[in-house]
Amino acid sequence: MLSLTCPCCGITAEETEFHPGGEAHLKRFGPGSSDDDFEGYLFGRKNPKGVHFERWRHSHGCGKWFLVARCTATLEVFASYSAQTTTPPVDVIKAIKAKRPDWEGYA
Amino acid sequence: MKRYSIFAVAREAMRYHAGWERAWRSPAPKKRYKVVVVGAGGHGLATAYYLGKVHGITDVAVIEKGWLGGGNTGRNTTIIRSNYLQDPSAAIYEKARALYENLSQDLNYNIMFSPRGLLMLGQTEHEVRGYQRTVHANALQGIETRWIGPQEVKKIVPILNIDGPRYPVLGALYQERGGTARHDAVAWGYARACSAMGMDIIQQCDVTGIRRDGNRVQGVSTTKGEIDCDQLALVVAGHSSVLAEKAGFRLPIESVALQAWVSEPIKPCMDVVVMANTVHGYMSQSDKGEMVIGGGTDGYNNYTQRGSWHHVEETTRALVETFPIISRLKMLRQWGGIVDMTGDRSPILSKTPVEGIFVNCGWGTGGFKAIPGSGYAMAELIARGQSPLADAFGLERFREGRFIDESVAAGVAH
Repeated sequence: MLSLTCPCCGITAEETEFHPGGEAHLKRFGPGSSDDDFEGYLFGRKNPKGVHFERWRHSHGCGKWFLVARCTATLEVFASYSAQTTTPPVDVIKAIKAKRPDWEGYA
Repeated sequence: MKRYSIFAVAREAMRYHAGWERAWRSPAPKKRYKVVVVGAGGHGLATAYYLGKVHGITDVAVIEKGWLGGGNTGRNTTIIRSNYLQDPSAAIYEKARALYENLSQDLNYNIMFSPRGLLMLGQTEHEVRGYQRTVHANALQGIETRWIGPQEVKKIVPILNIDGPRYPVLGALYQERGGTARHDAVAWGYARACSAMGMDIIQQCDVTGIRRDGNRVQGVSTTKGEIDCDQLALVVAGHSSVLAEKAGFRLPIESVALQAWVSEPIKPCMDVVVMANTVHGYMSQSDKGEMVIGGGTDGYNNYTQRGSWHHVEETTRALVETFPIISRLKMLRQWGGIVDMTGDRSPILSKTPVEGIFVNCGWGTGGFKAIPGSGYAMAELIARGQSPLADAFGLERFREGRFIDESVAAGVAH
């Protein structure tokens, strides 16, 4: 059972209060983009064994979307942060680096 | 390979069972093979087996980072069925089910195939319509299924509560030749047959890298050294994305945990498999008497082979309502496996952007039932470059929008 903190309302709760929304920071490719880009945006996923950035919604709470940095190999949660970012913020990267010195970084 | 038979049992009984040989050899890897299959689960071993049996390619190594059949092959609920809606899925799952019928004789290894019958309960009007449509589709595909009413369901499964207050049973999609098999035996049987054909099964050998020469595969780097190959098949279910990344491409796959659990053993009380997809649970009784229960997947990416407890609670609660007699049962064991989910919940059997590399993955929550058909199609794809059974399951379908939409159409369990 994951325990997550919603950065929008500040509440920490068990995962049943939230709903997962898949990989975060996807760059949207819409009309006019190449087939490769569009396919990658719709279906291509990093699905890493390790540090993963993902979207969650506080569905049984404030209802807001937010982002979480989490390890898929241990279920450790590094940080949760605002969904209004296109890349992980510096402090989140730092928090991950502190616990996973070998992590290759966000790419 | 010494054949197993009643005469072998009698012979060994006379000499303190000292003459049984190991079911498969565990050799050190050679420098080079024609085909290397990564993943010694059911699908990987079946791929190797049909490469040898049907296409005469026996210069094959199956390499496995853990132990043989220790991933999802040993973690599923052993259900076998082929009552799918879409033609491509019905074809490959029915091929698998048909091969299961004679697999024990084919492999000379008792896989305990038990075509005990399988019911998928219709518990809402919507589900009833969906399953009746599937029955009609199955009739056209040549798959024997039928729709039965609630009284016949009750006759087949007396312990079922068909008058549940919330979701009464309105009927069921019945596949009489669906059922179960012993999951470990499927892997062991294939492994033994592969080894007898001269293939090398190399366990505890982790793939650390995939070597390429330009856009062509050269071989794999492993914890037991470098192994060269002409063709490489990645058949690693939940870890497909990890290996694809080593090979330099990306797959439309997300790995999530799926759980199953069993009760304490009780006297025989249910001789069919029952799937209740509206309340989300399925149950069968093993030969040992345990009630084998499976439920839903978690929604988030996960490689830990552990799932969230609330799924265990939700599924058990739903099944207690459906089968009131299990309410006092103690649960014995619970476990999780990492399943590889695609966008359309259908598998991928495909060439990849790297020449010589093939993938067989994306079976998600329904892989066990497909093992023989999947291996058969994959072997054909590797040996001939094309397979009628695998055609629709290529990676290009995601680009072309040509999905095999089973996740909503057939009312499968996930």
